[in-house]
Amino acid sequence: MTLLLVILIPLLGAMLPPLMMRWGRGASAGSAILVTLAALGAWGSMVPAALRGEGATFKLPWIPALGLNLSLTLDGLALLFSGLILGIGLLVVLYAKDYLYKSDPMGRFFAYLLLFMGAMLGVVLSANLLLTVVFWELTSITSFLLIGFWGHRADARRGARMALTITGLGGLCFLGGALLLGHLAGTFEIAELTSLRDSTLSHGWYVPALVLILLGAFTKSAQFPFQFWLPQAMAAPTPVSSYLHSATMVKAGVFLIARLHPALGGSEVWFYLVGGVGLATLLVGAFLANLAYDLKGLLAYSTVSHLGLIVALLGIGTQYAVVAAIFHILNHALFKASLFMSAGIVDHQAGTRDLRSLGGLWRLLPFTAPLALIAAAAMAGLPPLNGFLSKELFLEQTLELPFAAGPWWLVPALATLGALLSMGYAVRFGVNTFLGPQPKTFPKPPIEPPWGMRIPVALLVAGCVAIGLLPDLLGAPIVELAAAASSYLEVEGVHFALWHGFTPALLMSGIAIVGGVGLWYLQRWFVPVFDQSIPLPSGERLFRATIAGLVDLSRSAKRAFHPGKLQTAIAWMILSVVLLVGSALLVKLPRWTPSPADIDPSLLGGVALLLLAIGAALYFHRRRAVSLAILGAVGLLLSMGFVYLSAPDLALTQLSVEVSTIVLMLLALHLLPAQSVKERVGLHHLRDGVLALGAAVVVGTLTWLLLIDPPTSATSAYYLAQSKPGGGGTNVVNVILVDFRGFDTFGEVIVLGIAALGVYAMLFGMGLPTRWTRPETPDESAYPLMLGVVARVLLPLALVVGIYLFLRGHNEPGGGFVAGLVFSAAIILQYLASGIGWTQHKMNIPFHPLIALGIFVAGLTGVIAIAFGQPFLRSWFEYYHVPILGEIELASAMAFDLGVTLTVVGGLLMVLVNLSKLPRSTSVRPLTLAEEED
Amino acid sequence: MPLLVSIATAALVGAGVWLILRAQTFPVILGLMLLSYAANLVLFASGGLTVGRAPILIKGVETYPDPIPQALVLTAIVIGFAMTAFVLVLALKARFALDSDHVDGDPVEPQEGR
Repeated sequence: MTLLLVILIPLLGAMLPPLMMRWGRGASAGSAILVTLAALGAWGSMVPAALRGEGATFKLPWIPALGLNLSLTLDGLALLFSGLILGIGLLVVLYAKDYLYKSDPMGRFFAYLLLFMGAMLGVVLSANLLLTVVFWELTSITSFLLIGFWGHRADARRGARMALTITGLGGLCFLGGALLLGHLAGTFEIAELTSLRDSTLSHGWYVPALVLILLGAFTKSAQFPFQFWLPQAMAAPTPVSSYLHSATMVKAGVFLIARLHPALGGSEVWFYLVGGVGLATLLVGAFLANLAYDLKGLLAYSTVSHLGLIVALLGIGTQYAVVAAIFHILNHALFKASLFMSAGIVDHQAGTRDLRSLGGLWRLLPFTAPLALIAAAAMAGLPPLNGFLSKELFLEQTLELPFAAGPWWLVPALATLGALLSMGYAVRFGVNTFLGPQPKTFPKPPIEPPWGMRIPVALLVAGCVAIGLLPDLLGAPIVELAAAASSYLEVEGVHFALWHGFTPALLMSGIAIVGGVGLWYLQRWFVPVFDQSIPLPSGERLFRATIAGLVDLSRSAKRAFHPGKLQTAIAWMILSVVLLVGSALLVKLPRWTPSPADIDPSLLGGVALLLLAIGAALYFHRRRAVSLAILGAVGLLLSMGFVYLSAPDLALTQLSVEVSTIVLMLLALHLLPAQSVKERVGLHHLRDGVLALGAAVVVGTLTWLLLIDPPTSATSAYYLAQSKPGGGGTNVVNVILVDFRGFDTFGEVIVLGIAALGVYAMLFGMGLPTRWTRPETPDESAYPLMLGVVARVLLPLALVVGIYLFLRGHNEPGGGFVAGLVFSAAIILQYLASGIGWTQHKMNIPFHPLIALGIFVAGLTGVIAIAFGQPFLRSWFEYYHVPILGEIELASAMAFDLGVTLTVVGGLLMVLVNLSKLPRSTSVRPLTLAEEED
Repeated sequence: MPLLVSIATAALVGAGVWLILRAQTFPVILGLMLLSYAANLVLFASGGLTVGRAPILIKGVETYPDPIPQALVLTAIVIGFAMTAFVLVLALKARFALDSDHVDGDPVEPQEGR
């Protein structure tokens, strides 16, 4: 449980810093520090047991059917990583408090940082591969937010996008690999995967799964050829770079390789792939770092190079190679975090981080400079610092490869070359910034920053020195524990010492150090050469070209299919539907046997009338009022069809909706031209005709196929059987609506309410009067007397009919929808007959609350069911005997239906009444803003 | 019977498609209405055609028409009204803002005789 807390505290605590901003930046930073400390405390309480090798575990089934469990473990590897994430995280929070500029939104920054911290902790603590993928994606997203934090800068946006694209694509590969691996092994639990290593290695899918997972790890850890996103990510604020590129983000890839090494390692494929990519990255990164002018860019390439070193060691995979890899993870985190922070101090205080305009800062930054130089020495691998120890181990391991890789001297020589280049850029970083001649001016006069920025650097550098001097005491125990968790071989008796005699590794180190200084001495000649004349092959350019090509492709596709003309877009849409559905039908067609069509005479008459009406509607379609009237006839014919074809509920609904629709359209026609413009006859008429004909044939055929072989459904039989005993009603359609599929109906009622509110919102600002003042007596010349009288007589009758339909709806045709439509029609008739002013004076129904009330009543019915321990919207019913009336039924479904009715009435009237309030002038000329405010 | 209903849906779809490809908003809305009639009819037809036997349970009767398509179509009709209202007001708003009832907001072409 405490393990889960370690992840949850930063994830949930991320909400605090933005909230605390109202009490100032200090409070915000303070809350971020407290959250980190709390997580650190929870973690610390589990450390003693973990150091004894009894790390806590936690397991909670999440989606067992998929093999996804919320299972966590604090083994050696997780202990090392979570310690780095939390410890360096705390220092980064401290540093960022003073680093962030006054204009930066601090609350948001700390929120992102804490979210990222939680996601990283999830990655390293997870004991289930699928869970790792989940947290892995979270780190991609949160790091995108962090890298793009200065979103007003184009380079920040570009860097963030590139990081997200590359690591996101890698994440997809990882997911694919994880699924393959889980499928072939039958589990996603990492401990079980480890025990199945032998059968996994011999499985045919081992190589594809491995390659996919490694693609995820390589992209995340910026391994060659994906290294280019990392320098782009340097547009982030320096605390972010310091955190992402030392202890976290890019280390996630390395972590994954280490984590899965016991389950997947030891094969020849693993050795050549992981080792080869690692070694290549080591060299490429170190070489590019020697060419960089940007202080952070240099550190970025150096990070790439050091990650390559770690990956190469994991690729070698022998016991001591794994020990060296783990040790270097720890060391690199310490010196790289402090170096990034020092670079941040230089940038922050001097206003530039270009090596060409820096130098001699030793005198101006007397506290930071020595610390940065020590850290750079650790990066170069100089004794007696921690970097020296793990670099020695690395050089030693290259002499004892488990598989052959060229002549015996090749890999050691390349490793020495890497170390030499590493020495070169470390000197370049230290000397060109802090020593040497001081430039005449700096963009800002550099002075030492606040202590909040200096103390984290000092602590990290102290760590580098301490581990360098006392490696056996401070480094060996945790490294042994972590290495044991990252190897399929036994790892025991790990000892580190600064001095272990004159060994080949010492000789290689010596060559590297001397050569590196020489390289730095030569840099003034070779750097400009590469800078100007030799175009280096760059994945970045390829990446940009690919993205630009994709954008062009989608742009030209858009130009073709959606050129900003609705008619063209719809024509393409209909064409594709016709072709897709048509081709699917063609496959089915040959199985037909033509049967003598039984012509039903009543239906024949109806369909003939329908065709006549449709033809007339088309013929008269430019005379809008006429075509509308004909369309009303089409609706009526359809409702008669529903009556004939045994669907009385549909007939009632169609009939009453038709009334409202026609009223609605007539109201709108009041504000639109009475006639459509005659179009010039052209090719597009041919196109439209072909499309209309095609669509008609396809849909007609589809209906025909459905009808000659109607699908049978077990659900229908169930509903028919259960309607009375389970739902308490004999009208099965109504019982489906209010009971079996009540949740659907609830959703649809909400849609109706939203559409009505949307209509209201759109009408607003079109000159809709907020208050309606009209004479209280209807204007008799405008409103015919007979209609008014009839409407008023009809009102109570229509209301009674509505109530009757409502009450009987559960057992006979009727129900909430129909009742609501009948009520609305009755009320709208009053508006039509007597005008808005008079009607609203007599009957002032507020429509907004009515819609809300309806949804509330319907929802409450469902919630009450929950209160009785039943599922949401499960209905209840009981029969009572009442004198005179006889036996009556009370059902909770009625309350639900009442909610439906209220929303239908509210929504319909809201639309119709507000539409009729629009002044005619609205359509003639657009109102200016000033008029609108009147 | 299947043939007649198929012809009816085909006619509704053909007319609907022709109308939604017109250049002014009002015919497009008419076309959408026709298409939603057609969609409801196809959905309804998926339950088969029965004459004279509603899905209202009566003692002694064993077979009934499929009630599910009817329930689906019932809500579809109501939602169809909401959609028509929404699109209609959208058209009004467009005319109000652009002073044109062309679907792309272009000026409506000059009339060529009535």
